[in-house]
Amino acid sequence: MSTDLSHIRNFSIIAHIDHGKSTLADRLIQTCGGLTDREMHEQVLDSMDIERERGITIKAQTVRLNYTAKDGKTYQLNLMDTPGHVDFAYEVSRSLAACEGALLVVDASQGVEAQTLANVYMALDNDLEIVPILNKIDLPAAEPERVRQQIEEVIGLDASDAIQASAKAGIGISETLEAIVKRLPAPTGDRNAPLKALLVDSWYDSYLGVMILVRVVDGVLKKGQKIRMMSNGSSHLVDQVGIFTPKIVKTGELGPGEMGYFTASIKTVADTNVGDTVTDDRVPAAKPLPGFQPSVPVVFCSLFPLDAADYNDLRDSMGKLRLNDASFEFEPETSAALGQGFRCGFLGLLHLEIIQERLEREFDLDLITTAPSVAYKIHLQDGTVMDLHNPADMPDPSRIDAIEEPWIKATIMVPDEYLGAVLTLCTERRGEQVDLTYVGNRAMAVYRLPLNEVVFDFYDRLKSITRGYASFDYEMDGYAENDLVKVQIMVNGEPVDALAFVAHRGQSETRGRQVCERLKDLIPRQLFKIPVQAAIGGKVIARETISAMRKDVTAKCYGGDITRKRKLLEKQKKGKKKMRQFGKVEIPQSAFIQALKMGDD
Amino acid sequence: MTGGAAPLALYVHWPWCRSKCPYCDFNSRALDPATFEQGGYRGAVLAELAHYAAGTPGREVTSIFFGGGTPSLMAPDTVAAVIDAAAKHWGLADDCEITLEANPTSIEASKFRAMRDAGINRTSVGVQALNDRDLLALGREHSVEEAVRALEIAGAMFERVSFDLIYARPGQGVGEWADELEQALDIAGGHLSLYQLSVEPGTDFFRARVPEAAEDLAAELYELTQEMTAEAGLPAYEISNHARPGEESRHNLVYWRGGDYVGVGPGAHGRVTDGTVTRATHQIADPARWLDAALRDGHATAKTVALSARERAEELVMTGLRVVDGLDAALFLALTGQSLDEVLNRAAREDLVAAGLLEADAQGVRATASGRLMLNRLVQKLLD
Repeated sequence: MSTDLSHIRNFSIIAHIDHGKSTLADRLIQTCGGLTDREMHEQVLDSMDIERERGITIKAQTVRLNYTAKDGKTYQLNLMDTPGHVDFAYEVSRSLAACEGALLVVDASQGVEAQTLANVYMALDNDLEIVPILNKIDLPAAEPERVRQQIEEVIGLDASDAIQASAKAGIGISETLEAIVKRLPAPTGDRNAPLKALLVDSWYDSYLGVMILVRVVDGVLKKGQKIRMMSNGSSHLVDQVGIFTPKIVKTGELGPGEMGYFTASIKTVADTNVGDTVTDDRVPAAKPLPGFQPSVPVVFCSLFPLDAADYNDLRDSMGKLRLNDASFEFEPETSAALGQGFRCGFLGLLHLEIIQERLEREFDLDLITTAPSVAYKIHLQDGTVMDLHNPADMPDPSRIDAIEEPWIKATIMVPDEYLGAVLTLCTERRGEQVDLTYVGNRAMAVYRLPLNEVVFDFYDRLKSITRGYASFDYEMDGYAENDLVKVQIMVNGEPVDALAFVAHRGQSETRGRQVCERLKDLIPRQLFKIPVQAAIGGKVIARETISAMRKDVTAKCYGGDITRKRKLLEKQKKGKKKMRQFGKVEIPQSAFIQALKMGDD
Repeated sequence: MTGGAAPLALYVHWPWCRSKCPYCDFNSRALDPATFEQGGYRGAVLAELAHYAAGTPGREVTSIFFGGGTPSLMAPDTVAAVIDAAAKHWGLADDCEITLEANPTSIEASKFRAMRDAGINRTSVGVQALNDRDLLALGREHSVEEAVRALEIAGAMFERVSFDLIYARPGQGVGEWADELEQALDIAGGHLSLYQLSVEPGTDFFRARVPEAAEDLAAELYELTQEMTAEAGLPAYEISNHARPGEESRHNLVYWRGGDYVGVGPGAHGRVTDGTVTRATHQIADPARWLDAALRDGHATAKTVALSARERAEELVMTGLRVVDGLDAALFLALTGQSLDEVLNRAAREDLVAAGLLEADAQGVRATASGRLMLNRLVQKLLD
C-alpha cells in the first residue's frame, strides 16, 4: 500500500563537484538506516568506476529513506541523485522536475561555483523549494557568513535559515532531515486518476534488462500492468516494480508522489526516453507531462581503432555502451588518413571524455580521437539545409548559401586577479559579453560564445590561465549565421581529411598558420622534405616545410652489437604502430588532436 | 687461405680496464693489475676454445681479434697460448689477421714487442682524441704525446696499425674536427676508425646528460670526414671505418658480411652456421660468474639461439648495408636461402632508389653516401 502523500518528501541535492554532495547523501542514508555500517562504503550512490573516480554522477539514482521526525510521524524521503554536469543538463532538469525541493550544498570555504548556479536556476525554474546548506564548516578556512551572503547576492536566495553542516563530521545531519520534512512541500497527486509517471532515467542491467526510474504523479504503477510510452506509443508489460533503499526492494506498486523503478522486458535504453510520460495502455492519460525533449548530440568527433584489426571490437563495444546511453550516437566513417572508424555524437565534452575513457578502459581499446567539432547547419543554394557533423564532409563553397553554427551562453566565475586573462580568452574565441558582475573578490562573467570555439581546448586554457580557480558552465543558446570556412590541411600535397576544420573567415589564416607550425613540430623529420599547407578552397593560406632528416645511423656495430641492433629494429617496428602512414609520410597519431589545439601550451 | 676448409673468425673478449671510461657501454670493468692473477682467465678461455672447436670441425681460422676492455693488459704469454690453441684446434690460415686492441700508454707500448712475438700482427689503438683536454674529459689515461709515441712504436712492431678517434664531442665544431682529422691522417697507417660520440644508457655520460651533437652538425661532421679521408687515400669502407684499399679489417668484415665467428670470454657473442641453421651464442657477461662456469663446465655459454630465416636475413641487411660495397645478391642467397627480392620491401626499395639513397642492380644493393648517413631509417623501411 502506498504512503499517504502528506508523509512523502521528494528532494534532490545540488552541489558543485567536491562540495560534499555524496558524503551528505551517504550520511542521510546511514542516519535513516538505509544501510548497515558494514554495507556502507564511501559514496554508495556512484556505482560506476568512472563516476567514483571523477566524483561525478552520470546516471540519476533514487534512494527511499524512512525517517521518523521529531513530530513522531514517519516520513518517506525520496532522495534523487542527479547528474551534476552541464552535458547532462536536460537529464538534470527532468530529475529536478521529479522533486518538490532541493538541498543546495555549498562548500563554506569555496563558495558558489558556476556549475551550482546553473542547477539552482534550473531548480527555481521547476518551482522547487530550496534549503541552503553550508558544508564543511569544521574546516579552518570555512567562512560561513561570507558564503551565506554570497548565496543571497549571487543567487538571490534567502539564506538566513541556511543549515551549518559538516557531512564528514556528522554535524547538522538531523537539522537537515528536519528541514526536509518541515520546509519542503509534500507532493500532490490523484491516486484514482489515470497513471502518469515521469521517466527520469533508464539504464541497462545485465540481470534485469532495462530498468526505468520514474516519479509517479497520478494513478498507480503496478506489476502486471500494461503501460504505454506517450512519446512513441510503444507498450510494455510491467514485470517488476520496486524501490532502492539503496538496495533493490520489490514493492509491487508505486503510488502518486512516489519514486522507484520498474522493468518491462525492454531490450535497449534507446526505447526509453528521459522526460517521457509513462501511462496506462488501457486507460491512458489525456495529456503527457510537460517538458519532453528528445536528446540531441551537439559535439562530434571521430574515433578510430589504433589497430585496424580492432574495428569490429570497437563497433561491438560502442554498441554495448549505447545500450545504456541512448544519447551517444555513432555511424561508420572512412577516413583516407585514419582508415575505418566512427563519427560519434555526444551531449558535450565531458560526455565525449567519458565514452572515450570507458572504451579504452572497460573494453581495452586503443583509440585515435580526432579533434571535436560541432553540428553546423549548412544552407545550400538549392534551398535545402543539411546538418554537417564532420568538417571533411563540407560541400563545395560554390554550393553553399550560408552556414549557421551553434552558440552557447557561458557563465564563468573567477577570482578578480584572473579576470583580465579570462576576458581576453573569451574575446579571442569570438565571445560577446552578456554580463559582468562582482561579488566580493570574485567576478562572474557571462558570455555568448560559438560552441566551436569552446569544444576543443577552451576548458583546458581556462584552467591554465586561472590556475584552476575558474569554474565554468554553459547552456546551449541557439544557432547563428556566420562567415565560416573549411580549412583544409595538406601534408606533402595531399589533403588530410582528419585535420580539416571549420573556422571563422577572420581567424582562418591565423589558425591555419598555427596548425602548420604545430605540425612542423609534431611530424618527425623523414627521408625527404615535406611541405605542410593550409588552404581554403584551392587557395593556400599558410605553408611550412619539414626539412628532410639528415642523419640517423648507429656509429658502431660489431659482433656483440648485432643482437642489440636487431632488437632495436623490433622496437622501431612497434614504434611505427603509433604512426599513421599517410602517402609517404608517417604522422604520429597524437598529431591528429595536438595539431588543432589553440594557445601556446 | 689454404685448402678448402670453411673460414672461421675468432673473437676473444678481455673484460677489464684500468678504469672505466665515462662514454663506454661495453662489457668492461676496472681492475687492479697489481692484485690480478691471469691464470684463471687463461684456463677459462682455453676451455671455451676447446668447447667451440669440438662443435666446428673442419674449419680454418682466418682472423683472431682480442677485444675488450683493454686486452693489451693481457700477459703476452696468455695471448700466445690462445693463438697456439686456435692453431691446434682449427689451424690458422697463412694470412691469418691477428688483432689486439691496445691503449696508447707507455706501459702498454712497452709490451708491443712481446705481443708481436706472441703472434699479434695488427693492432687497433684507442687514441680517441688528439687534444689533451678532451682526453681528460673522455676519461683516458694517456696524453696526445704518449699516444703519438705509442703509435710510432706500434708501427715499428706490427705489420698493420689502426687507431680509433671519437668525434662530434661536446663543443667540437666543424673547424676543430677538421684540424684534428688532418693531424690524424698525417700519422695514420693504413686504417682508421672514426666514431661519432653516442651517449648510451648506463654510462656516466648518460647520467650526466652529456649531449650528443645536434643532427645537422653531426651530418656536417660526418660528411666532412668522408671527404677528408677519401682525399687522403683512406676512404670509408664501412660507416665508421676507413682504410687504404686492401687494409680493411678482415675480422670486422666477417661480422658485417654474415660470416661465421666464435666468441669466447665474458659476454662474447658468436654466430656459427651448421648446415642451413645459424646459431647465435653469447657467453655469461659477468667476469666472475663466467670464470666459475667456464672452469666448472668447460664453457660459460649463457644462451644458444637458432636464428629464424627472417632473423638471419634481417641481421645480414642491417650489417651488410653498413659496408660501402653493400649486399651481394648471390652471397645473400647462399647465406640465407632467400633472395634480396624476397626479403626487401619492394616499394621501399623503389622509393629509396628514386630518392638517391640506395643503388640496386643485378650485383646487389648498396646504400649511397647520403643513404649511409640515414642507414637506420633505410634498414627500417627495407625490412618493413
